[in-house]
This record gives sequence, C-alpha cells and structure tokens, in this order.
Amino acid sequence: MSTATFRIWRGERGDGRFEDYPTTVSEGMVVLDAVHQIQSDQANDLACRWNCKAGKCGSCSAEINGKPRLMCMTRLNELDLERPVTIEPMRAFPHVRDLVTDVSWNFRVKQKIQKFTPTAPHAADGTWRMQQRDIDRVQEFRKCIECFLCQDVCHVLRDHQLHDEFVGPRFLVHIAALEMHPLDTADRTAELREAHGVGYCNITKCCTTVCPESIAITDNAIIPLKERVVDRYYDPLKALVRLVRGGTKGESRAT
Amino acid sequence: MPDTETVEHDVLVIGAGGAGLRAAIEAAAAGVTVGVVCKSLLGKAHTVMAEGGVAAALGNVDDRDSWRVHFADTMRGGQYLNNWRMAEIHAKEAPARVLELEAWGAVFDRTPDGRILQRNFGGHRYPRLAHVGDRTGLEMIRTLQDHAVHLGIDVHMEVTVITLLTDGNRVCGAFAYDRERGRFRLFRAKAVVLATGGVGRAFSVTSNSWEYTADGQMLAYNAGAELQDMEFVQFHPTGMVWPPSVRGLLVTEAVRGEGGVLRNNEGRRFMFDDIPENYRSQTADTEEEGWRYVQGDKSARRPPELLTRDHVARCIVHEVRAGRGSPHGGVYLDIAWIKEKLPNAAEHIRKKLPSMYHQFKQLADIDITSEPMEIGPTTHYMMGGIRVDGDTQMTAVPGLFAAGECAAGLHGANRLGGNSLSDLLVFGKRAGEHAATFAKAHAAGRIDAGAVDHAARSALVAFEHGGGGEGPYHVQHDLQTMMQDLVGIVRHEDEMRQALARLDDLKRRAAGVGISGNREYNPGWHTAMDLRNLIAVSEAITRAALERRESRGGHFRDDYPDKDPVFAGFNVVLAKGEDGTMRLTRVPIPPLPAELEQVIEEQKS
Repeated sequence: MSTATFRIWRGERGDGRFEDYPTTVSEGMVVLDAVHQIQSDQANDLACRWNCKAGKCGSCSAEINGKPRLMCMTRLNELDLERPVTIEPMRAFPHVRDLVTDVSWNFRVKQKIQKFTPTAPHAADGTWRMQQRDIDRVQEFRKCIECFLCQDVCHVLRDHQLHDEFVGPRFLVHIAALEMHPLDTADRTAELREAHGVGYCNITKCCTTVCPESIAITDNAIIPLKERVVDRYYDPLKALVRLVRGGTKGESRAT
Repeated sequence: MPDTETVEHDVLVIGAGGAGLRAAIEAAAAGVTVGVVCKSLLGKAHTVMAEGGVAAALGNVDDRDSWRVHFADTMRGGQYLNNWRMAEIHAKEAPARVLELEAWGAVFDRTPDGRILQRNFGGHRYPRLAHVGDRTGLEMIRTLQDHAVHLGIDVHMEVTVITLLTDGNRVCGAFAYDRERGRFRLFRAKAVVLATGGVGRAFSVTSNSWEYTADGQMLAYNAGAELQDMEFVQFHPTGMVWPPSVRGLLVTEAVRGEGGVLRNNEGRRFMFDDIPENYRSQTADTEEEGWRYVQGDKSARRPPELLTRDHVARCIVHEVRAGRGSPHGGVYLDIAWIKEKLPNAAEHIRKKLPSMYHQFKQLADIDITSEPMEIGPTTHYMMGGIRVDGDTQMTAVPGLFAAGECAAGLHGANRLGGNSLSDLLVFGKRAGEHAATFAKAHAAGRIDAGAVDHAARSALVAFEHGGGGEGPYHVQHDLQTMMQDLVGIVRHEDEMRQALARLDDLKRRAAGVGISGNREYNPGWHTAMDLRNLIAVSEAITRAALERRESRGGHFRDDYPDKDPVFAGFNVVLAKGEDGTMRLTRVPIPPLPAELEQVIEEQKS
C-alpha cells in the first residue's frame, strides 16, 4: 500500500478548479477505483459517470493527465504516481458538474442519420445470407461503445466548436457501418458531404489514437467515406459527363 | 411540489436495457405515445455487458434443434420451478425475435453458408446462441437503441423513479428525480412497464454496475404487486478474482463454449468428478469426447464445464474450500490449452473472445492465449422478481407490467446462459404490446397529490441530516459484505437469521444517513436513495431463502443440502401486508399440460 494524489476537477457548469485528494493505492487499481475510493471516503458528492467497469459501456470517459481515456481501463501502474494524477471532464462538451459533461448533442446527431434500410430478404423464410468476410469491417465499426472520446479529441469539435456542421468521428463510424452493411440500401453520400460535413476532417487521426476499442476510425471509416463523396462529386471524368449530359451537380448517380 | 415538472405518456417504460427498449419499440409501433426512463445514458444499461449470445432454436448449426428441445432444456435448467407457459412462449418466439434484430441492422457472426452462427453454452443441448464474438449484448442494445430513436419515443436519460403512483389499485404514473439537476419529475401514464434489471448491488462480489439496486422489484412490491422466487440468485461460476479492483467482473461462459476447461491447483479437471444424475446421459465421459463436442461433432456429448451455472459455481466453491484453489481464492479457467489441438489457436481465441482477451490483458496483465485465468463465482443475475402473467407480463397491479430480469418465472431455480437476452426480446415485446393495449382501453388515472408530496419529502430527508449523518457509501458497503457472507452462495439457517437482525440495524442506519452538497448530480444522494430498495430486496431474498429448506438451482443450503420433492411443488411468493411487513406464501405450481409434459419426457433421453 502506498499513497498517491489525484488532482480532480471540481465545480459546476464551467466554474471549477482542481482539488487534490490523497488516497491509498494498491496493486491492480485503475483510475476509476481511486475516484470511487475518494467518493466513498472524502467527497460523497463527487460526480462521475460509470457503469460496467470493464471498458464495455463507455460511460467513464475523462481526461487523465490531459489524455482522453476511460477511467476504468487506465491502470495506475502505467501512470507516474510521484506526481499528482490530473482527472478532468471531457472538454469538448458543456460542463455539468465535476467529471460529468452534457453529451446529449451526440444523441441528437444520431437521430438525424438515415436509419438502416434493408434489402428484401434473400430466402423464402424471410432471412438473409451474408458471408463473414463481407461483414468483418462492419463488425469492427459496431464495436464502438459510444464513449465519445473521439469526439472529445477531434479539433473540429473541441477547438472550432463546429457541432452544427460536423457530426464527428463517432458518427462517421456509425455512417460507415451503415453504408458498408451488405444489406443496407439507403444512400447517405449527399448528407455526408453537406449536413454531416465529412470534408472538415483533415485526417490527423487523433480519434484513432484515443479509441479504446482500437477501431481504425480514420483509415477504415472516414477515408472510405471521403472517397465516396469525392467519387460522386469531384471526379473530373464524371464532372465532364455531367456537363455534357446536363446533369445537376450532386445528383449524378452511379448506375 | 413547486420544482416538479410533469410529463405525460400513454405508456411509460422504466429501464432502457434490452427489455425496456424492446417494450418501448412495440408500444410505439402500436400507436401510443411512449416515454422511456433510464438511470444512465441511453445504451449503457447492463445488456451492454452480455457477452456470450442470445439463445434461440434457429437450428442453423445443428438442425436437430427446435423449440421443443429449447423448452425442455430451460425447464430442466430451472429445476421445473419455471412458469411453464413463459418457458413455452420463450422457446417458440425467440427465433423470430432474433431474426427481427437482423432486419433492424444487427450483424451476427455467420455460418459458412451465410446464416446466423450459433455456439454452445451451458445447459443447451445443441449450439443455440446467436452471437457477435463475445460482445453480443452491445450489438443487441445498439440495434434496439438505433431502431428506437427513429420511432418518436421520448427518452428521459439519467432519471431515477422513486415511487409508482396508483389510483385505487391500478397504476397511473411514477414520481422521479433527474440526476443532473436534482429536480423532481412527475410522469402520468396509463400503463407502466418495469424493465429495471437485477439486484446485484446487494452483494459485494458482483458483475453488476451501480444501477442494479432492485428498483423495479421494490417499486412493484410497494405498489401492491407480488415477488416470487427471490431465493434464487444466480452466482455465475466465472468472475475475475484478481486484481482486487476487478473482483467479480464477468468472464463469459463462451470461454468454456469455445473449449475452455476448469482445473484446480493440482491441474485436475475437477468438473468430471461430480456430474448430476439428470445430466449424466448428456455429459461427456472423457476429455477427448468433450473436445469433440465443442468442435461440433454431433455424436459427442458436452464437457462437464458446460453443466448449468448453479452446479459449476458450487463445484468451484467446493474445490476452493478443499484447499485446491488458485493463489487468489479461485480456480483456473484455461483456454490457452487448445493450442495443443488447433494450429492457429492464439488467433482463434482473439477472434472468438476479443473482449475477454482485452479485459485480461489490460486489467490483469494476463495473456489468455498463453496462460490460464483465475476465476471464481460472482453475483450475476436474479432469477426471481416480479410475479407476472405468462402471456401478457401484467403484474397483480392493473396496468403495471414487468419484463426481463426484474420479472420472474421463465428461469425457475436457475437460468441458462443466453436465455436472458432472448427473455428480454420475447417478453419485452409482449409487455410493450399489452401495455399499449391497456393504455388504449383505459383513461388516465387520478394522481394522488398527497402521495407525491410524501415521496418528495422523504427523498430529501438525507439533506436535512447534512454532513453530520453517516455516509451512504459505508452503509452500502456493510450491507453488501453482510449479504455476501450470510446469504451468499452457501446458506445456513443460523446465518440467515443473523442477516435478518443485521438488516434491521442497517435499515436504521440508512434512515440516518446524511448528504453534503446540493441536489445537482450528487452521487452521494443517489446512493442514499438506492439503499432503501437494496435493503428491502435483501430482506426478501433472505426470507424466501429461509422458507426453502432444501437445495435447488441457485439456492444452496448447507443445512439442507439435497433437493426435497415437497419443495418442487410451489413458488415462494412475497407481498406487502396491510401492516407493511413482508407476507410470505407458498403458491402451488399449476400442473403442466399433457402436451408439454410429453415434450419434457421425449427430451429426457
């Protein structure tokens, strides 16, 4: 048993400060254990979200020593305990209290994305057939636990606050999962370019770096979506065809 | 109350795990207005933690499977205390409910011919669990959530219900507070569906998150509904035991379904030493036969590691008590050994059990592809709960429905793995459907302002005690330790009598806890509020466990270690008496119809 200090952001709605809490630490502890210990013994009203404690629900997102991480999956033995460990709420979202932020924007964004629209069943009994190799990529995207750490680290949202114009990495992954679903028939390319703002992403890959599920967000989801948009709207050959045939911008469809 | 917001829905669903979301979807589809209340953010309920799969007799991997086999497996696993009507409906309707998820975008793992893949699990005769690696629950909750958000359902996130409101004997709403601002919210509803999950937080070693504090069970009980089978708590055989901070965290049964074996510190596969009589004909004689079974050999029988959870958990406790346990008080679960059998074992394990690989690597520095895990039993699931009608899921309170873990009946004395996710879908749908029907047939009830006022005042008592009262976390901790020690996996009359006395004391302490700070997102206050339900459900568990003087399923008594045929004939039912105390009755189980009796007989071979 030894003691470590946790420097935790306390306060309400943006008005806050760091407070230091020394607490005993033992083998195998994660940051969330320390927060719970402090909550139980020193600060009963310390606000934080958590559920599964196993990296599966994505509730306990925070910024630990400045990095967006899940508190339940951050082992103390990988941190320097000689210095205070700072724990802050996600900074890209409006602050509520202590480590809790208002992430409701994310839920509103999802509602605006065209839902899954399946093709007619493949078999007479109303079922479909899909090959495993055709769904591997979609399953990678569907590992997302909606912790919103990728949204937190994305400079388009965090620094430029373009929440009205850009859906962020989480929802580009969501759209990629729908677009690459072998059974889906909806077309989200026009929305990707306009309402969802895929062009804002300049592939710095910060989202991929912080993803606790190791989803290759930029390479496997965002870049292919950008390619779809480019393919439809910016392909010079297709533009020429459109010019000759008099098609309206944005309405050429691959047939 | 001046700071109370009033909201009106035809159907109010309390809980947003699989059962709640499925109920909400069904009610919305029936054309009524629907509100969903959840204590956490949407998509974080415990369904997200379910790993192994959803049980449905699709017959995609073994075409000998059918609803008849699934029904018989469920009844055998539940030691015939199940509500047989629910077991029948569940077995018949689960396949359609799973296929429906696919139509809503779920992406299950596939068979070589492109259909939904199914895996082996404890107590299921054939490979039956549709799955996505070991994150099936995430796939399910996300599919339901993404489908529901396009149906015009109102979701009230981070809201906790304090009490149900009744008009005469029918339900007419609920009174709640929101966590963020600490304000009260009054819901008026024509029908209410409870889908609040389990009670795991009453014990110290548990796979459950902070949410599982018996809310639904006690809301229903206090509103006049009955509870049944409360003595049957499922201790899952495989929870993590080390490091201390992750003790209780679930290790999916799919590890055993994929060939994982249990060994004691002598390296012996002790599960071969104790095979219950009613499973002997279905269990492998040799390790070699067991391996062939998990590899899909239809002529082989399942390895004893895939016996029912109650039995496996007890065998582990037996090994540990006999001094043959692992260094941290568990036994070994080994999946790495399959490298002797498979050329690409490490890759296979990472593909089939990705989140287990991740969990052990990150939290315990263990690489499960090369070394065994240390595991031991953990409080996982409540078989008992709110007594409901098998067809409609309505409780004894008109307009009040319950589905999923908070309802009782389907699982009897022991639940089979995978039957919970199918339970959520099958009975969530039914509860939503019948709640909508009820709402259409009834006008809104009258809200009793006095009851609302009383609930609001008692909710704020802890603030009056301020920082001077005892902290709520300490009371919660003592309750959990006491229940684990005295009403845990092995029970005894004397210890349970002690537990009742200790509960009286804890009730007094809970009434005196104090809260510092204000009402805005104050987890101390939330914990103080949760104590009432936790203590009440602990009493229900203890009283029911005292009444059942035998050992059956998840309920094991040191002083009555055998099954007793007398106790096979009834469920223990609890209701709130006129004087406010728990009234306990033995309610006979209605006889099986001849047709279902025959199904069980034909599956006995």
